[in-house]
Amino acid sequence: MIQLEQVTKTYPKASRPSLDNVSVSIEKGEFVFFIGPSGSGKSTIIKMLLHEVTPNKGRVVVNGKDVTSMRSWKRPHFRRSIGCVFQDFRLLPNRTAYENVAFALEVIGKTKAVARRVVPEVLELVGLGGKEHRYPHELSGGEQQRVAVARAFVNRPLILLADEPTGNLDPDTSIEIMRLLDRINRTGTTVVMVTHDSNIVNQMRRRVIEIESGRIVRDQARGVYG
Amino acid sequence: MRMKYVLSEVLVGLWRNVTMTIAMIITMGVSLFMLGGSGLLYQKVGDMKDLYYENVQVSIFLKTDVNDQQRGDLEAKLKSDPLVKEVTYVDKTEAYKRFQEMFQDAPDLISAVKEDSLPPSFRIKLNNPEQYKSIYDEYKTAEGIDTIVDQSKLLDKVFNVLTGIQNFALAIAVVMAVAALLLVANTIQVAAYSKRREVAVMKLVGASNWFIQAPFVLEAIVAGLIGSFLGLLALIGLKVVAAGGSMAAVEGLITPVSWSEIFLMFPLMAGVGGLVSAVTAWVTLRFYLRV
Repeated sequence: MIQLEQVTKTYPKASRPSLDNVSVSIEKGEFVFFIGPSGSGKSTIIKMLLHEVTPNKGRVVVNGKDVTSMRSWKRPHFRRSIGCVFQDFRLLPNRTAYENVAFALEVIGKTKAVARRVVPEVLELVGLGGKEHRYPHELSGGEQQRVAVARAFVNRPLILLADEPTGNLDPDTSIEIMRLLDRINRTGTTVVMVTHDSNIVNQMRRRVIEIESGRIVRDQARGVYG
Repeated sequence: MRMKYVLSEVLVGLWRNVTMTIAMIITMGVSLFMLGGSGLLYQKVGDMKDLYYENVQVSIFLKTDVNDQQRGDLEAKLKSDPLVKEVTYVDKTEAYKRFQEMFQDAPDLISAVKEDSLPPSFRIKLNNPEQYKSIYDEYKTAEGIDTIVDQSKLLDKVFNVLTGIQNFALAIAVVMAVAALLLVANTIQVAAYSKRREVAVMKLVGASNWFIQAPFVLEAIVAGLIGSFLGLLALIGLKVVAAGGSMAAVEGLITPVSWSEIFLMFPLMAGVGGLVSAVTAWVTLRFYLRV
């Protein structure tokens, strides 16, 4: 599903590479944590999977598509097969929960009728039934992140990328979000999550890949934060 | 639905920054008015050149004491000259008649001039009016000739003035167009900034580039079209004012501008206005949005 083959990425003006000869293979349906200190290169991996940055060396293959050589005009269509959740939710403040999710559908050409059918379903799935018409500022942090997860998942992507999704949430709320991601993973969606949160990693007992200074120092099937 | 989304985004976008939008439209309007005006002038100058140069003549005035021999030689030479299309001889009587016609409002002048004092002349039409110089060189030393006058010299002066006005209008059009262009770029930047969250989400979920850019580009095109409409109104206003006022005096001299000519300028103005705005917006987005 996701392959990084001897990937090296050095940003312009950086003294050392953000990723240094990294090779990772992630199978369909896996749940993978990337852990490591700030600046270790975790986020660069997420950006690479989104075709936001391209490696200097090596190859990145996502969904059987070689991202390394992908032309930028193909990027939009490629992204439709990947859902994305961030620490800061990235919701549109002037739209309700329903509208935020529907927006993601409508801008890729789905009709309003499709949105009316699919959006309530996915909001129900993330546990926001009955709060469809609240604005982000009327929702708690955990609820906002649920909206973001709903938006990422509404297209039924093959891969869900989560960049510190619990970074802004308290421990209890974080665990609820993790349960949600776990549920999504059980539908067959590959989940890749970057995190600092040792509690969560230790509780989930999933594959853990630890990165330090751009190198993989640990890759454990049912790992802990360490 | 997508079309409706794009259109409502365009209206919201124009309204969001309404003072800037108005500045942009006015600048665009002035620029396009100048462009349309110089376009009309260009057409008029072309028409007038055809009309005037068609009838332009070279006059060879003979000395009043010219004898028949000299005159006959000259006439024969002119008639066989390959540069000359047509020769007419205007004798003293004919010249006096024309003089009377020309100055019929000034009987004092007519009575002061005797029939005998006007010189006879050859009126020549050239195959190519620009070859005046060769005619002049060839005949200036011939016997019995007083002066050679080229009417096209006079016309050149008139047309130089008109071309000057036209260039001036074009220069203003270009300067205003640069100002309009910068305003478009600025407006698009402001619009892109105020919609940065939406754009980020659209990029994230994989909205196509044209879909992200379309509202911005259309916003610029709509402003450009409104601007060109403003320019058209200004041209119409100019014609109305000119027809009733100061320009009426030169009506006979300058061929009048018809309504259809003014309206035919609109496609040019709208096309330039729309295209320039669209390209500017698109280029701005390439730098600013990096979609």
